[in-house]
Amino acid sequence: MLYREAGDYKKSYAEDSQTFPLKLDRWAYYALLAVAFLVVPFVINDYWASAVLIPFLIWSIASLGLNILTGYCGQVSLGTGGFMAVGAYASYKLMTSFPDLNIMIIVLLSGAITAAVGVVFGLPSLRIKGFYLAVATLAAQFFLVWLFNKVEWFYNYSASGQISSPTRSMFGFEVTGPTASASAKYLFCLVLVVGLAWVARNLTRGRIGRSWMAIRDMDIAAEIIGVNPLKTKLTAFAVSSFFVGVAGALMFAVYLGAVDVGDTFGIQKSFLVLFMIIIGGLGSILGSFIGAAFLVVMPVLLKNVMVGMLGWPSDMSSYLELVIIGFLIMLTLILEPHGVAQLWRVTKQKLRLWPFPH
Amino acid sequence: MYDQLLYGIEAAINGLMTGVMYSLVALGFVLIFKASGIFNYAQGVMALFGALTLVGIQSGQVPFAGLINAIFGTNIQNFGWELPAIAAIILTIAMMILFAWMVERYLLKHLINQEPIILFMATIGLAYFMEGVGDLMWGSDIKKIDLPIPQGINNTIDSLTYDWFGYGFYIDNLDITASVLAIILVVTLTIFSQYSSTGRALRAVADDHQAALSVGISLRSIWVIVWSIAGFIALVAGVMWGAKSGVQFSLSLITLKALPVLMLGGFTSIPGAIIGGMIIGVGEKVFEFVVSSSWFGDAMGFTMNATENWFAYVLALVFLVFRPQGLFGEKIIERV
Repeated sequence: MLYREAGDYKKSYAEDSQTFPLKLDRWAYYALLAVAFLVVPFVINDYWASAVLIPFLIWSIASLGLNILTGYCGQVSLGTGGFMAVGAYASYKLMTSFPDLNIMIIVLLSGAITAAVGVVFGLPSLRIKGFYLAVATLAAQFFLVWLFNKVEWFYNYSASGQISSPTRSMFGFEVTGPTASASAKYLFCLVLVVGLAWVARNLTRGRIGRSWMAIRDMDIAAEIIGVNPLKTKLTAFAVSSFFVGVAGALMFAVYLGAVDVGDTFGIQKSFLVLFMIIIGGLGSILGSFIGAAFLVVMPVLLKNVMVGMLGWPSDMSSYLELVIIGFLIMLTLILEPHGVAQLWRVTKQKLRLWPFPH
Repeated sequence: MYDQLLYGIEAAINGLMTGVMYSLVALGFVLIFKASGIFNYAQGVMALFGALTLVGIQSGQVPFAGLINAIFGTNIQNFGWELPAIAAIILTIAMMILFAWMVERYLLKHLINQEPIILFMATIGLAYFMEGVGDLMWGSDIKKIDLPIPQGINNTIDSLTYDWFGYGFYIDNLDITASVLAIILVVTLTIFSQYSSTGRALRAVADDHQAALSVGISLRSIWVIVWSIAGFIALVAGVMWGAKSGVQFSLSLITLKALPVLMLGGFTSIPGAIIGGMIIGVGEKVFEFVVSSSWFGDAMGFTMNATENWFAYVLALVFLVFRPQGLFGEKIIERV
């Protein structure tokens, strides 16, 4: 029989608590990784990489980050765009100040810097809760974007006010810069996505993740049973900002190459990431990926169908995109407030029991 | 220094007026929040939608013209008539009431008993939906409001202050109109909620949903009424903002400006919305005036500009840390 625990003997606690307890799930996961690492880089072309795959990978990191903060720790943030900008500008300053530093280290360091900034803006979360906090994080969004626009040191006094990423390579392959190949960029992002998803998964099911969820479910009760709210909320802010900062650094250095902070990291992007985790599923690693995939692929698909096939003017498709996104968000919240990931969870439960209903 | 002081006072008065414009949006928020506990992010888009509809109806645009043309390959734009302003306003109000009914029927009804944050996100979805629908219906080009609203410099104040201080203040007639309208709205709303039976029902619902239900008040019809009133306020705000800067997409972003106003004033207080708006308006204008002035630059070694983008949020953030419920909000009591 397919999709059963039966016959899959667990001999140790480690095996018993693995992420994919079912053999089929495990194989599917390994197969997916194998395809992503061994097949896709060789068949990828520029259009697919820049329109779908690389944005998907980068947005999934960002939505993983926001999901940790909002989905697991219950702190709604509308400052994602601003924190991505911190990651991007940190990576720019690091790349230009230390030309010899490895790009992977630069990206991770940018994440660390963003984490520090995130902790500072997370401090008010101890006093402010719910959507008061959501509005308070807008302060981060607008202040940070303004800062990167106005303080010339951040963009090295360039005349256009933009930042553009110099060429850096890893293992002899160019990863950033205008001449980098699509597959090198893709692989670089993929490594980070897989690594960070692994970190997120293991953080969220361990002690730290449980303390996050305790704070989310009821903060006063959590405090009474000994969860330190200060430490818990700030770690959530730090880890979340780290992810978001890495996403911002990748967005700038690897994907776009040149960034104008108001366009690329504006408030719209904060909402976009929030929508990803609502549609995908709050408090779910898989949900972050589903949401990111959905909101990256849907506009491309709409545009191809309406502009490419039907010959409509392109502004129509962008309006319809708004309508569809808004509609889907309302529909998701009405039908399944826990997102697509919850549907998948229910399906899995049913599959295990099939053909019996209970 | 004397003329600097005068400029500063002028900036403060202008800030006060802008603050009242923020309050117009915040008012709608407070109403909905009081009656249903919903934090309505779509208020700004409602303002945009109202203004778009008004302009569209008045100038006889065909709704969904772009979509119809794209599907059927036709080229229709306009019915070819100009409606009088009053008819257009009445039709737009009818449209906002229909919208309120639809929101209740198709969205809120299904979300009863959900957590506030879920409802908040649902209204974000609603905001996107409405924005798309508004653009599809009326197109996204910048439109001009064609209503007899006084605009431009107020000559009386200009000459009066010139006589007093030797410097004429620039105060826009539009801002004065908006302030008067805001005062009228607040007074009407207060009288309505204090003395009419519907108003009393509104307050009962705001106090306690279940108690209101048990004395025979229909929650759903109250919600439709509240959303209609909020829609009307949004229309007023949309028209005023539209007259100021043209009816365009950026109008919906005033929601974001109304949020710190609400946090400062408290989510549940109508006077709080007005006073919060004034504090934010004056604060950001004066702050901008100070930090961009040359003497600030001399003293500190640097100047800043365009601080209006973030000042309101940072002020609200700092403020909230010390007083989480806002100036006039009800004290937040948490129970386990």
